[in-house]
Amino acid sequence: MTGTELGWWGVALAVAGGAIRVSTPYLFVSLGETLTEKSGRVNLGLEGTLLMGAMSGYGASYLTGSPWLGVLAAAASGALLGLLHAAVSNLPRVNDIAVGIALFIFGTGLAFFLGKPFVQPQAPRLPTLALGGFSDVPAIRAALEVSPLFFIGIALAFVMHWALPNTRWGLIVRAVGDNAEAARTAGYPVNLTRTLATALGGVFAGVAGAFLSLSYPGTWAEGLSSGQGLMAVALVIFARWNPVHCVWVSLLFGGASALGPALQTVGVTGYYYLTGAAPYVLTLALLIASSSRRHRLAGAPGELSINR
Amino acid sequence: MRARAETALITAGALALAFALFGLFLLANRLNPLEVYAVLWLGGFGTSFSLQATLTQAAPLMLTALCVAIPARAGLLVIGGEGALVAGGVCAVLAGVAAAGLPAAVGTALVCAAGAAAGGAWIAMAGALKHRRGVNETISTLLLNYIAIALLNHLVSGPIRDHTVSLKVTSWSIPQPYMVDAIPGVGVHWGLALGVLACLAAYVLLRYSVPGFAIAVLGGNARAAQLVGLPIGRLTLLACALGGAAAGLAGAVEIVAVHGAASSSLVVGFGYAGILVAFLARQNPLAIVFFAFLVGGISASGGLMQRRFDMPDAATQVLQGMIFLCVLGSNALYGRVRMFRVARAGA
Repeated sequence: MTGTELGWWGVALAVAGGAIRVSTPYLFVSLGETLTEKSGRVNLGLEGTLLMGAMSGYGASYLTGSPWLGVLAAAASGALLGLLHAAVSNLPRVNDIAVGIALFIFGTGLAFFLGKPFVQPQAPRLPTLALGGFSDVPAIRAALEVSPLFFIGIALAFVMHWALPNTRWGLIVRAVGDNAEAARTAGYPVNLTRTLATALGGVFAGVAGAFLSLSYPGTWAEGLSSGQGLMAVALVIFARWNPVHCVWVSLLFGGASALGPALQTVGVTGYYYLTGAAPYVLTLALLIASSSRRHRLAGAPGELSINR
Repeated sequence: MRARAETALITAGALALAFALFGLFLLANRLNPLEVYAVLWLGGFGTSFSLQATLTQAAPLMLTALCVAIPARAGLLVIGGEGALVAGGVCAVLAGVAAAGLPAAVGTALVCAAGAAAGGAWIAMAGALKHRRGVNETISTLLLNYIAIALLNHLVSGPIRDHTVSLKVTSWSIPQPYMVDAIPGVGVHWGLALGVLACLAAYVLLRYSVPGFAIAVLGGNARAAQLVGLPIGRLTLLACALGGAAAGLAGAVEIVAVHGAASSSLVVGFGYAGILVAFLARQNPLAIVFFAFLVGGISASGGLMQRRFDMPDAATQVLQGMIFLCVLGSNALYGRVRMFRVARAGA
């Protein structure tokens, strides 16, 4: 059997494989945003961080020949943008959401400015794990070419899930995010905690960008990201600030994003742009379903500006 | 008066800092900042030709900035100008095609009204979701941007595509008589006048009308607004609809004055640059007129800078991002500049 003979099963398989592939950037970005929001800040500029990560990851991989050094460079650029967000947001009377919008514009512009020399050359890509070796069906083999970053992301989710309620650092982050005044009175540095949480959130978003440029789709070009960084904020709300829920939600979004291309392979065309909008419509629908007019959302950090 | 001087001084300082930082950025990229700024001046403001280009950019920026500034008065951070502009542009084309054969002036007015109505309804959706379900308006309007662009791409690539045009994917065109000319003697289309008028109207409405005052009360303290019995839901919807209508009108103006048809040419970032304009103007509709001119000039000079220095056109976006960050950071300075503090204490 070949991919085309699989018919509608092929669509399901492509969606599943796509869910694994496409979910990885969602996963990293949403974990980063969860950490930042747990400390009481919102970083709406992760789209810019994502693109900067993609550009610097691709550039470093091209210049050094090592894709893993690319991931490191992406993480570093993410940390820098996170620090910038925190530095401006730490100033009194500065709205962290507006800073995020500014960083979205700034990061996107910077990525395309500095990334212009890397549009043509081909950089070494990240390796994948071939988990479909047991099967002879090419479609199954293709669907199970999984990036190691996917598993690293899942491991990170469980580590965060454990660390936030069980470690000293995790508890400080949550205390600062739930009630800054109380945390300050108890002697914990509010701005420093938020700065570190935003920087680490930026690191995650940078790695997500490196996945985009070095694994899937695996190139550096305009239009590489499609709002994953922006959607992360909505995704985190739907995941109720729970890192493990981020895994499921990311898989759901990965599947939704893979729907359009999968349908095209079986000849359902003419709705290319509409199926491409599926993740955004899904995000909005989930946001409507999970918001409430009267109550603050369960699990929401008390200091979060988007919930007031 | 002193408060205004304080605002002007702090904003000017933030702009100066942003231009200094961008200068360092240019130096790091082996470019001479003075030469680049000279070209920026030339390409944005220096000649009558570049002034025309700048004013043509400023017209939609004023309208998309209102899409941020009017809801901001009600305490909402709406960033859906891009989507509302696209929705307005598409509906303007549909109205123009459907109502062919009317007298030119009536047709143009109808097309513009359709665009404004569509943009207003688009952002009012976010207002309704905010009021009825507590959905954060910043995130919902951001998602609506992506949805509007997807709808535009879908429509112009199939259902409303003009198949007689083969070089470009574009929609049907509105009837030629509905298109508007340049303002005589200025060389800029009438959208500029419309933008300035809209800013004046928004200023008067927000400062001197009863609904404007009610919106300001809501923005100042939602709880207090509820306690004095203001219709919070209706005011939220009104602020969102007015803002969206302005951005939708920008889309319609782009249709009747520039493109004549809907295509991806509508998606050039006017919505996002409008957010910057609104924040530079500190959400004041009159100041928007000035800052739309400034930001429009930066955008307009992008092409010339690209040709002269072989710079990526993202350079102007980097500069806009730096300006945005500096202006936001400058919020920390209000009430802290000694000159104004002493003056205030004496007053």
